[in-house]
Amino acid sequence: MSAAQHAENFLQLLTAGILTGVIYGLMCVGLSMIFGIMRVINFAQGEFMMLGMYFAWYCFGFLAGLSFFPELLAPYVAALAAGPLVFLLGLLVHKTLVSQVTGTSSSALDSEGHYAQLILTLGISLVLANGGQVLFGSAPVSISTPLSSTSWMIGPLAGDDILIFVNQGQSIAAVIAIGVVVLFAVLMARSRLGRSLRAAADNPEAAIYMGIDVDRAYRIAFGLGIGITAIGGGLLASSNPFQPHIGIEYVIVMYAGVVLGGLGSLSGAFFGGLIIGLVQQLSPLILPTQLQNTSIFVCFLVIVLLKPEGLFGKVARRA
Amino acid sequence: MFSTATPKHWPWIIAFGVAYTLLTLVVENSYYQLIMSNVLVWAVVGLAWNLLSGYSGLISFGHAAFFGLGAYFVVLAQITWGLSPWFGIPIAGLLGGLAGIVVGLPTFRLRGHYFALAMLAYPLALLYVFEWRGYQEVAIPMMREAPGAFMQFDDRRVYIFIGLAFALLVMTLTRHLERSRYGMALMAIKQDETAAEASGINTPAWKLRAIALSGSIAAAIGGFYAVIQLIVTPLSVFGVLVSAQALIIAMFGGVGTLWGPIIGAVTLVPLSAWLDAELSDVMPGIQGVVYGVAIIGVILLAPEGVFWKIRDVLSRRRLTRQSAVVAAPDVEDAASDRFRIDGKHGHELLLEVRKLSKTFGGLKAVDQVSLDVRRGEILGIIGPNGAGKTTLFNLMNGLIAADEGEVVFLGERIDGKRPNRVCAAGIGRTFQVVKPFNRMSIADNVIIGAYVHTESLDDARETARDALAVVGLTDDALELAGSASNRNLRLMEIARALATRPQLLLLDEAFAGLTAAETGELMALFRKLSTLGITLVIIEHTMKAMVQLVDRFVVLDHGSVLTSGAPNEVTQDPAVIEAYLGKKWLKRA
Repeated sequence: MSAAQHAENFLQLLTAGILTGVIYGLMCVGLSMIFGIMRVINFAQGEFMMLGMYFAWYCFGFLAGLSFFPELLAPYVAALAAGPLVFLLGLLVHKTLVSQVTGTSSSALDSEGHYAQLILTLGISLVLANGGQVLFGSAPVSISTPLSSTSWMIGPLAGDDILIFVNQGQSIAAVIAIGVVVLFAVLMARSRLGRSLRAAADNPEAAIYMGIDVDRAYRIAFGLGIGITAIGGGLLASSNPFQPHIGIEYVIVMYAGVVLGGLGSLSGAFFGGLIIGLVQQLSPLILPTQLQNTSIFVCFLVIVLLKPEGLFGKVARRA
Repeated sequence: MFSTATPKHWPWIIAFGVAYTLLTLVVENSYYQLIMSNVLVWAVVGLAWNLLSGYSGLISFGHAAFFGLGAYFVVLAQITWGLSPWFGIPIAGLLGGLAGIVVGLPTFRLRGHYFALAMLAYPLALLYVFEWRGYQEVAIPMMREAPGAFMQFDDRRVYIFIGLAFALLVMTLTRHLERSRYGMALMAIKQDETAAEASGINTPAWKLRAIALSGSIAAAIGGFYAVIQLIVTPLSVFGVLVSAQALIIAMFGGVGTLWGPIIGAVTLVPLSAWLDAELSDVMPGIQGVVYGVAIIGVILLAPEGVFWKIRDVLSRRRLTRQSAVVAAPDVEDAASDRFRIDGKHGHELLLEVRKLSKTFGGLKAVDQVSLDVRRGEILGIIGPNGAGKTTLFNLMNGLIAADEGEVVFLGERIDGKRPNRVCAAGIGRTFQVVKPFNRMSIADNVIIGAYVHTESLDDARETARDALAVVGLTDDALELAGSASNRNLRLMEIARALATRPQLLLLDEAFAGLTAAETGELMALFRKLSTLGITLVIIEHTMKAMVQLVDRFVVLDHGSVLTSGAPNEVTQDPAVIEAYLGKKWLKRA
């Protein structure tokens, strides 16, 4: 390969990395929200993302059947609609299951409480992934639109040698992902809800004395966290085929991003996710394509082993 | 008998083996035979997981890594080198042990959920590697000439017997380890790693041994699994469900018990196989749902597993009988002889701290502190809150590393050594906030300390008994630490430190939260320890008690030594009064 081809290859993968990474960033923000506020490791985050994908898929099917609905908008509206649906599911799951081992009732449990949460969410993850197989079947599906296979062309650059294709569907998805992240950041910073969530995160006990219903705050945080990740899943679904067991791979992707950004930091999580997207997409430069995901797992191990406080984290905490 | 009585396991293990054998001889349906061998496989996987995670509390989400490596090794070794599984499986065991060490060395630096998540990444990374190398589906070659030599049998019951032998072996091993130093060390780590380390347990070494053993068993049984399944795929041996099953089977039955994984496997494996057979046409993946529901139910209803739940119900009735087991030897003087430090009261230099410093962020917690401790003395360290007293202790026993300076004990540098080495060298300590191993009896807490200088359980028990006699806890020895009073916990911690046969005891706020009478009792104990030749360094706020007790004070303020000297000198020192005692002290004195 000539130097120009190398450069083209690199730029092409870089573009793909940024477009995917932004969506990973969104998903990581959802996960980080749950950890940052509730101090809960949610193992089932990937399965809620998977549910978001299927919700989006069904919504898309419904919208595509409506003759008056613009077809090009359908996948994105479907992805966004998955958010509130999974949010509601999150409230339910939190109320019936997660709240039993978290929140004010279990603050005395200490480290054993963490294990209970981890193992409970592992159980939820198994039920959702395998239950998903029962409900949705195991054949991979995807949301394909004309835009998913259309690209903008950048170039030719550097004297005809370099041409970069930017997938239109992915680009729109990436823009929406950034929009959701910004909206969410504003919500957290400005709104009354955001303030009470942050207070509950900062010092649950003090928040209770200030009249904040901490258990309710946790419930909303859990719903929001998985809802945001579900939107990310919905956006990803328009360019990637998926099946009910996809969650487990993404749980590592998300944790890699969140840990990289520093557990508990929302902006850190977004950039962590972006970096993980870049690592994944750029890894074929040096590794066989089949090992794309292995590169993420290795990356994750290296991060937790060498710098568990993350790149942007302020608090070094291993426990 | 001194330690908490344990139920006899041997008759049960034998009964289990006999019952399973009889069942095997009766069952003729080959599908049921397959399920019966799978029950044993998963029981062993659960036992392997339990040996690491159940006892140490370090939850592994990645036992599929060992299981899968073992399975692939056995299959590929037979294909490549014609190696029979009879040899392949033991070698897989060695390989698994090695893998355990390779995984454990870096991963044990992590705690809690970081550890669990990192463990998850290993099998997933391996899964893709095996797919990439083209091992999507590898079958064991049929050896028609010599089937037996390659562990291939037409009668599937042979597999059940091999599996049973395997399971009984691992059960016996678990039973043996449970009440040995191994079990005690891991259980101590699970409950309080800092206290375990300070009581002389080399925590990294024990954790490594545990993961090597656990990985070895998981890999060997993975190899056997490949033999009975005939075909290996990355998903079936490295998949998340494998790791999850290991954890769920053990947790469902009961963490940290011999019978937990057995109960889990005997219940869940046939249940999920039956549902799978009945419903897999309409509901593929029902197996995973069963395990998911099982673990959710366990966490919500009986977080410690079915075994403990049953035992708790039973033992409530039995509790009164147990306390009759205590021997009450009224031989305190004989007991204290064990801890006597021979002669040499010539005020020899025991411990020397030279220019020790430690900074946290911008705060100089300990700043250029130098002090001497002479053999046989009682030294009090006083100073206002935040003066760096506890940090100084943590530096002296190796809990945290100093930025600069030296600690020399009996002419040997001990700074930079791990707490368990410092403890073995002869420095015991207690903590400001008591650190009991809550789920153990007071006696077992002390036995942990006693293991520092002995290998045998009997020796450890005797040492612990004497230590308890010295502090006067003999009657309460079988009390569970988690429900003991503050006084008993303080005394237990001293006994635990004493059981490590220290020359020097570091006592951090020994009187905190005690009544006047209890303080008096403890002061008498400290004087007694001093007459045995044990040197004491005490951090304390209760000045009245300290003035009567100590030979010498060192006063710390803002991380450095303000002054030192005899009690009457120090309490008259205007600088000390200014910094710490306050004007009121002057009036009172």
